[in-house]
Amino acid sequence: MISERTVNIFLFALLPVTVLAAWLLDEPFIITLATKAAILALAGVGLNIALGLGGLVSFGHAAFFGLGGYAMGILASHAQSYAPLMEVPFLIEGTKSMPVIWLVALVTSALAALAIGALSLRTSGVYFIMVTLAFGQMLYYFAISWPAYGGEDGLSIYVRNGFPGLNTLDPVQFFLIAFAVLTVGIFLAWRLARSAFGLALSAARQNAERVETVGLGPYRIRLVAFVISGAMTGLAGALFADLNRFVSPTMFSWHLSGELIVFCILGGVGRLYGPVAGAMLYVLLEHVLGGLSAYWHIYLGLLLLLVVLFARGGLIGLLSGREVAHE
Amino acid sequence: MSTILLIEQVLNGLQSGIMLFLMAAGLTLIFGVMGLINLAHGSLYMVGAFAAAAVAAATGSFVLALVAALVAAAAAGAIIELVVIRRLYDRDHLDQVLATFALILIFSEGTRWVFGSFPLYLDVPAALSGPVTLPGGILYPAYRLLIIAVGLVIAAGLFALIAKTRIGIQIRAGEADREMIAALGVDISKLYTMVFALGAALAGLAGALVGAIQSVQVGMGEPVLILAFVVIVIGGIGSIKGALVGALLVGLTDTLGSVLLPIFFASFMDQSSATAVGSALATMSIYILMAGVLLFKPTGLFGKA
Repeated sequence: MISERTVNIFLFALLPVTVLAAWLLDEPFIITLATKAAILALAGVGLNIALGLGGLVSFGHAAFFGLGGYAMGILASHAQSYAPLMEVPFLIEGTKSMPVIWLVALVTSALAALAIGALSLRTSGVYFIMVTLAFGQMLYYFAISWPAYGGEDGLSIYVRNGFPGLNTLDPVQFFLIAFAVLTVGIFLAWRLARSAFGLALSAARQNAERVETVGLGPYRIRLVAFVISGAMTGLAGALFADLNRFVSPTMFSWHLSGELIVFCILGGVGRLYGPVAGAMLYVLLEHVLGGLSAYWHIYLGLLLLLVVLFARGGLIGLLSGREVAHE
Repeated sequence: MSTILLIEQVLNGLQSGIMLFLMAAGLTLIFGVMGLINLAHGSLYMVGAFAAAAVAAATGSFVLALVAALVAAAAAGAIIELVVIRRLYDRDHLDQVLATFALILIFSEGTRWVFGSFPLYLDVPAALSGPVTLPGGILYPAYRLLIIAVGLVIAAGLFALIAKTRIGIQIRAGEADREMIAALGVDISKLYTMVFALGAALAGLAGALVGAIQSVQVGMGEPVLILAFVVIVIGGIGSIKGALVGALLVGLTDTLGSVLLPIFFASFMDQSSATAVGSALATMSIYILMAGVLLFKPTGLFGKA
């Protein structure tokens, strides 16, 4: 068995090393795949705060991913057409600047997570799963039926948004942006898990009554965690939309919520690098199996079934044994 | 808006509600008895519809098609219960969600592989394809009326099954205390397989009945599954009565909302923006209903605290 720390260092280094190799071999498509993996990993790291640390099985995180995506799509499409978002009571114009878009994506998805979380966390267990799923679907249908921003067809952005001092059209530079954001996300998740708040959140997962007895409110702790989790997934959504230069209601679809959970599980539930490993494995499988067969979801389904039934520690558990998450 | 149109829409709402009930009843039974959340329930709905469409195309008989839907869905349900689901009863909900999500992937892609990506069509039998005249001179499709009737009969049958029969007693006992009824000599794993197959058969029947109105295609079960979840959250998990009330509420809200909200907004907005706002709000109406129920009764209208 390899220690979890070694596995983590390996996982962390894998993406930049892959990109370096792809850059040397002049394979821009591989760089795009690695960027996709980094962005999906960020979404998974976000979900893992609620799922792994808080034990909140949210089947609606696509809501935040999609909101982040639409934050980018709406702002950039207004900048593209030079039509302001609104003029009264004050002027808001579109923008092509990534940092501004990120901020809007973070705030929007955090607010949505606050509203959805406040309602969903009144329930627990299976109810929580179904309620988060339902709210995610609500936004999905809303995005389809709201004609202003493309409806079912989605929005295309012609040129990728800019980042001060960098050329985002260069695949390597865009990868570095995504990877830097992922690194910050992982660092935050790591700090959070070790902080007093993270300990309280973990405790609320293990024994909510006891947490209440020592004078902490599990509801509020969970709600804060849900908001942080949703915001991080929303940021990933904005980056994902920028990667594709396209946003559509499928970013809200419940398949995406399911896939985000799959990342966490394939990698190893409750482990800091679980979603990173899971997202990389997923992108790899999608690419390799998808190339072999148009019906690759069958194999993905079978693999997932085997992992759930027989290998519950996921990929990291397979490599480093089943000791506790978060060293 | 005329009364006739309103009554028509109420009937449409009833029809979609009663089909939702067939889905939700199975889900809520399976949850109540086995404590399992089954995302693959929508796949069983799809299996029923595809079996019906294939048999109807081969034999031309709608009755045989319905029988095929029941048998195929029940068989598929029994098989996945024996192979996968029974390993999940003792697991947490996360594992159940993931394993049944995996089953959806397998079912959907498997069906696409066998039948292709193009939708199949299942025709309403000729005798039922026309409208009937209801009291008050309302013309309404005979087939949709039949669906409402069939759904009501099945609902009544289900209530009778649960309340009066020996199996019903075992099911209710299984909800209350599974160790105890196992100790009393009831073969609990056989009971579980049976309940699961029963739920699957109901879903398959709903799929076939609705498949004749809409097209039969891969993924058709998923929107219905999510509506059925909303129904269960509103009605309360494990309660058949809750599933019935919730299904009718959701069916009526959804149907009437999409008709009435645009008309309501048109009374003070111009037509095109009223249609946009109205239909966008209508798609959200059932979720708003769900949120309202959650605010006041987090365990649903008929759920146990």
